[in-house]
Amino acid sequence: MDKQFTPLEFEIPLYQIRDKIQELKNLSDSSGIDLKDQIETLEQQAKEYSESLYANLKPAQKLQITRHPMRPNFSDYVEFMTEDFIEMHGDRCGTDDRAIMGGVCYIDGRPVMLIGTVKGKNTKENLTCNFGMPQPEGYRKALRLFYHAERFNLPIVTLIDTMGAYPGIKAEETGQGIAIAENLKEMAKLTVPIIAVITGEGCSGGALGLAVANKVYMLEHAYYTVISPEACSSILYRSADKAAEAAEALKITSKDLLELDVIDGEIKEPLGGAHYDPELTASNLKSTIIKALDELSSKSGQELKDERYGKFRHMGIFQN
Amino acid sequence: MTLKDWFDNKKKKSSLNTDPKIADEDLYKLWTKCYNCNASIPTKDLEKNEMVCPNCNYHFRINAKTRIKQIVDEGTFEEINSNIKPSDPLHFVDSISYSERQKAAQENTGLNDAVITGFAKINNEETALAVMDFEYMGGSMGSVVGEKIALLIEQAIAKRLPVVVFTASGGARMQESVLSLMQMAKTSCAVAKMNEEKLLYITVLTEPTFGGVTASFGTLGDIIIAEQGARIGFAGKRVIEQTIKQKLPAGFQTAEYLMKFGQIDILSHRKDLKDTISKLLKLHKKAGL
Repeated sequence: MDKQFTPLEFEIPLYQIRDKIQELKNLSDSSGIDLKDQIETLEQQAKEYSESLYANLKPAQKLQITRHPMRPNFSDYVEFMTEDFIEMHGDRCGTDDRAIMGGVCYIDGRPVMLIGTVKGKNTKENLTCNFGMPQPEGYRKALRLFYHAERFNLPIVTLIDTMGAYPGIKAEETGQGIAIAENLKEMAKLTVPIIAVITGEGCSGGALGLAVANKVYMLEHAYYTVISPEACSSILYRSADKAAEAAEALKITSKDLLELDVIDGEIKEPLGGAHYDPELTASNLKSTIIKALDELSSKSGQELKDERYGKFRHMGIFQN
Repeated sequence: MTLKDWFDNKKKKSSLNTDPKIADEDLYKLWTKCYNCNASIPTKDLEKNEMVCPNCNYHFRINAKTRIKQIVDEGTFEEINSNIKPSDPLHFVDSISYSERQKAAQENTGLNDAVITGFAKINNEETALAVMDFEYMGGSMGSVVGEKIALLIEQAIAKRLPVVVFTASGGARMQESVLSLMQMAKTSCAVAKMNEEKLLYITVLTEPTFGGVTASFGTLGDIIIAEQGARIGFAGKRVIEQTIKQKLPAGFQTAEYLMKFGQIDILSHRKDLKDTISKLLKLHKKAGL
């Protein structure tokens, strides 16, 4: 993790050690004094400190990593993970929602339909893609692409990083709920393999609307929940500042979801989070997808459908 | 209106009902004040009118048992899967624990969770039926609601019967976090099976229907009926206001508003529901394979 960002609050001590190392290096260079031992000790210290820091993050701290403005986005994954991506625009009903992108491409030589939510890395990009919050038209574009994939036997890979479907006047008027519901239902009917990866924020129905898949994975610091910790805090705790508590209670991390049997696997991120090395992140993601594609490609359409049904049919815990 | 407001309203209401300071409780019960037009209506008249204000047509919220009484032919309702109860898989605690909330809700409503499912006849038409109850934790959908809806649909498929679902829900149940989110997928997958079996699925959206129920089995009806005056939406009103920092248009997220924007098939007065549903069941049965 050579890249330097503005440190997150809990990263400050680590950055301080690193600054110290840099200082010593500069001093050593300018004065010619041999500080190799001190530098090595500090570097060892920094390594141990960072390993334990990032392995023991609280959910609220993971949230900060997941929401990092430089976290790799859909375009990064297209660049680092695919070949010959050709975007397919629009819902064919008057809108091309930029918060969801999709198109055909190759992943390791295999033809795939790739669809994902899109976040920007600066204000301009974020205004275009509405901060990654799709309108109903975005889900309908995705649905159109699902049907295309079904017709041409293309496995579907979805990448999800969204705060949720957009809560707006027009979104309600054009049926945000219906658009998501239709996707859930129609994904259940598809006979091609579907692989979904929560790459960042997996918030509520807006995330699930692309995630009724045969295999569901999460990046290490991603989260997946029914409601954002902030919203949960203001509703249940009656105060906006209990988000950290809510994040714990909601059990939103990849480890929690593995335990609850909701996801099939966790994909490792580089030390410090995906933004420290988007290319390595994409490469980890790619190998997981390839493995899943290999496993699923041997199954018949009916098997894929039955397994997907069975997977979601068994989710939930109750007394009988 | 968010879930919090509903809980607040509910609290207000229930404290009003049980307030020992009300001197003449009988008198209080004899009259009901309409939330909309403020008219005092003899409670008996209101009940006779299916809990619709005779003065202004305001539709009072009704619980699942009352709804079933209004909709199904007398003595024909057979409940199924009533033994399924919620657990507390995440050991969720906010101001009180989820288990305590469940206990309170069970005592208040006499239900095990927020939906009643079974088979019934509506004007002699056989159907599977699910009715949600807003009084049980805001009608929120957790594992039990998801399971009971999925089981009902599967059993209806086995019997080759249509399914009618009345929704009333603030959305997914936060206390079960991602497990309640997964109920959206589970119920929608079950509806997908119905589609493939070409069996009729009718949803009736009643006051209020929001969030995870709107974005799953609630709006997947082959035919979507909404009860007059019901508030229906995906996001809560306050969330939208906070996001867009604008005032919302008059009548936003009402059944009438959704009708205008082509989101529902039928806008119905409560009194017409039974007839409309049974006619639809009959016609589709006649056309059926």
